[in-house]
Amino acid sequence: MKEIDDLNLPDDLKYTEDHEWAKSEGDLVTVGLNDYAQDQLGEIVFVEVPEVGDTFSQGDEFGSVESVKAVSEMYIPISGEVVEVNEGLEDAPELVNQECYGGGWVIKVKPDDPLEMDKLLDKAAYLDMLKG
Amino acid sequence: MSNRPGTSGLIFKEPQLWDKSSEGRCAVSIPRTDVERSELDKKYVGDAPDLPQLSELDVVRHYTRLSQWNFGVDSGMYPLGSCTMKYNPKTNEVQAARQGFAGAHPLSGEEFSQGALKLMYYLEKYLATITGFDAVSLQPAAGAHGELAGMLVIHAYHAKKGKQRSKIIIPDTAHGTNPASATLCGYQSINIKSGEKGILEPEAVAAVMDEETAGIMITNPNTLGLFEDNLKEIAGIVHEKGGLVYGDGANMNAIMGVVKPGEIGVDVLHLNLHKTFATPHGGGGPGSGPIAVTKELEPFLPIPRIEQEIDTYKLVTDCPDTVGRLHTFYGHFGVMIKAYSYILSMGAKGLKDVSTYAVLNANYVKESLKDTMNLPYDQPCMHECVFNDENQREFHITTMDMAKRLLDYGFHPPTVYFPLVVDGAFMVEPTETESKEYIDQFIDAVKAISKEAETDPDKLKKAPYLTKVTRLDEVTAARKPCLRG
Repeated sequence: MKEIDDLNLPDDLKYTEDHEWAKSEGDLVTVGLNDYAQDQLGEIVFVEVPEVGDTFSQGDEFGSVESVKAVSEMYIPISGEVVEVNEGLEDAPELVNQECYGGGWVIKVKPDDPLEMDKLLDKAAYLDMLKG
Repeated sequence: MSNRPGTSGLIFKEPQLWDKSSEGRCAVSIPRTDVERSELDKKYVGDAPDLPQLSELDVVRHYTRLSQWNFGVDSGMYPLGSCTMKYNPKTNEVQAARQGFAGAHPLSGEEFSQGALKLMYYLEKYLATITGFDAVSLQPAAGAHGELAGMLVIHAYHAKKGKQRSKIIIPDTAHGTNPASATLCGYQSINIKSGEKGILEPEAVAAVMDEETAGIMITNPNTLGLFEDNLKEIAGIVHEKGGLVYGDGANMNAIMGVVKPGEIGVDVLHLNLHKTFATPHGGGGPGSGPIAVTKELEPFLPIPRIEQEIDTYKLVTDCPDTVGRLHTFYGHFGVMIKAYSYILSMGAKGLKDVSTYAVLNANYVKESLKDTMNLPYDQPCMHECVFNDENQREFHITTMDMAKRLLDYGFHPPTVYFPLVVDGAFMVEPTETESKEYIDQFIDAVKAISKEAETDPDKLKKAPYLTKVTRLDEVTAARKPCLRG
C-alpha cells in the first residue's frame, strides 16, 4: 500500500472524509473514489452504482464498491440528482484502480446547491485529516 | 519440518462423474426377470434422466478422492475465528443414527413420536438452564435465522404494547448478519462505535437510545473476542426507555457455564448448536439456531411449542401472540439429537470446562504470538484473538499472504479481514478441543511464516505450494466469474 506522501491527489479536486472526490464541471459535479480509497481497498471487482434520476443529500450512501477484501459504501459529496452513471464500470471495475480520476469516475450529479462544494476538503485539508 | 503436519503427498486428479461415464456400465446387477416383458404405455414414457453410467468402484474412487482434497477438523487444526470449528465427537453421530430417530417421520403424529418430542422438550430445558432464560424455541434453522426469529419476537412485543418502533442499535463489533436480520423486521440500523478498549461504552448507547428505538443487538463476547463488561449497565439504559436487548449468542462457547446472559439483562438470545454444541457445520450441516427468551417474551415464540402433560409430550399451536411458524415441521431435528447427546456427554462441569479451555487456549495463542503479529487490542480475550498484519507491512506482506502460507504448514487459515474494525484482521479461534501440542505447532508455524515474510517475501506472495491448487486468481474470479463448468 502507498505511503501518504505517494498518494496522487490532484489540486483542482475537492475531497470528502470518506475518500470520495468531487469536481465541478459546468452545471454538473463528477464524483469518484480517490487514490487513497482505491489503494486501501485493493483490487476492485464490482461497483454498485445508483440509477439515473435518484436523488441524494450530502453524505448519503449512494452505492458500494467491492474488492477481494470487503464491501465498502460510497457517500455522496454533494446533494442533488444523479444525471449520469459510469456504465463502463460494470465490465471494467478495475478502472477505479487504474485511473480513479479519469475512466474510473462513478457518477455525475446535478447539484441542488453548488455552494455545498465549499464544505468539502481541499487537498491540504484532506491530507491533514489522513495524517490525523 | 518434522513436527509440521503439512507435507506434500500424492494428490489424485478426478474428473466429473459424467466424464467418467461409459455407456452400459452399471453398479448393480438386476436379477433375472420372472415376468414377461411388456412395453410401457407411450404416455408414461419420456426422456431418460441424464445420469452418468458407472461401476461401484468408479463411484467409490470419485468420492474418496474428492474427500482427500478437503480440509476438515478431522484432518487438522481449523482456527477459523468466529466459527468455533471445534471437534464434533463421533458419539453424537451414533445417537442421531439410531433407528428410532433416523427412521422417525414428521407426519407420524404425537402418539408415535414421544421419544423425539421428549428429547426436544428436554433440550429446550437444558438450553434454558445453560443460558438463564425461561423458554426456548428450537425451530430456527441456523444462526441468522435465529437472529431473525429473535428480532421478530421483539417486533411482536412492541406491536402488542400498542406502539411499534422504527430503529435498532447495532455496535460495530456485532456480527455482520445483525443489521440484515433487523432490516428484515423493518427496523433501521443505528450503528454505534465501540470504545477504545474494543467494547461498548454505556454513554454511546445512552446517546442514541430513545423511545423510537426497539432495542439493541449485542454480540457477547463480541467479534473482537472481548467480553462486553458494560452489558448490564447498557441493558439498564435500553430497558429504561422501553427497549429490549437482543443477545447474539453465537460466541457462547466462551462463557457457557460461567455467565448466564438471561441474568445480566439480555431479553432474547440465539444459540448456534452447530458451533457451541458440537454439531457439524461448514459443509457438514445443516445448522440450528434456537432462541431463548424471558418469561415476558414467551408468548411470542414460534409455533408449534412442545408441552409436557404428566408423562406425555404434545405439540401446541394455540398461541395467539406467536410470531408464527418459521420452519417446516419442527426445525432441524437431526441436529438437535447431536446437541442433546453433546450436553449429556459433557455434563454441567464438562460444559463449563469447554468454555474455560476455549478461553485459556485463545489467551495462550494471543500471548505467544503478540510479539510476532500486531495485536491492536492487547487485553485478556475470550475464545478468540484478533491480530493484524501491521508488523509485516514493511515487507509488503499482507494477512492474505500469511493465511495462504499457513496451508503449506498444514493448518486451515484463520478468519481474515473480519472483524472490519481491525484493518487486515487475522482472527484466531483455537477452540477447546485442540491440545497444547497442536496449538504449539500452529504458533511455531505463524512464527516461521513471519520470519519468511522478512527473509523471503516473494515466496509468501505465491503461497500455497503444497495444496492441490496453488494461489488462485481471486480478482479475475470475482470480476469474471465462470458460473458453469
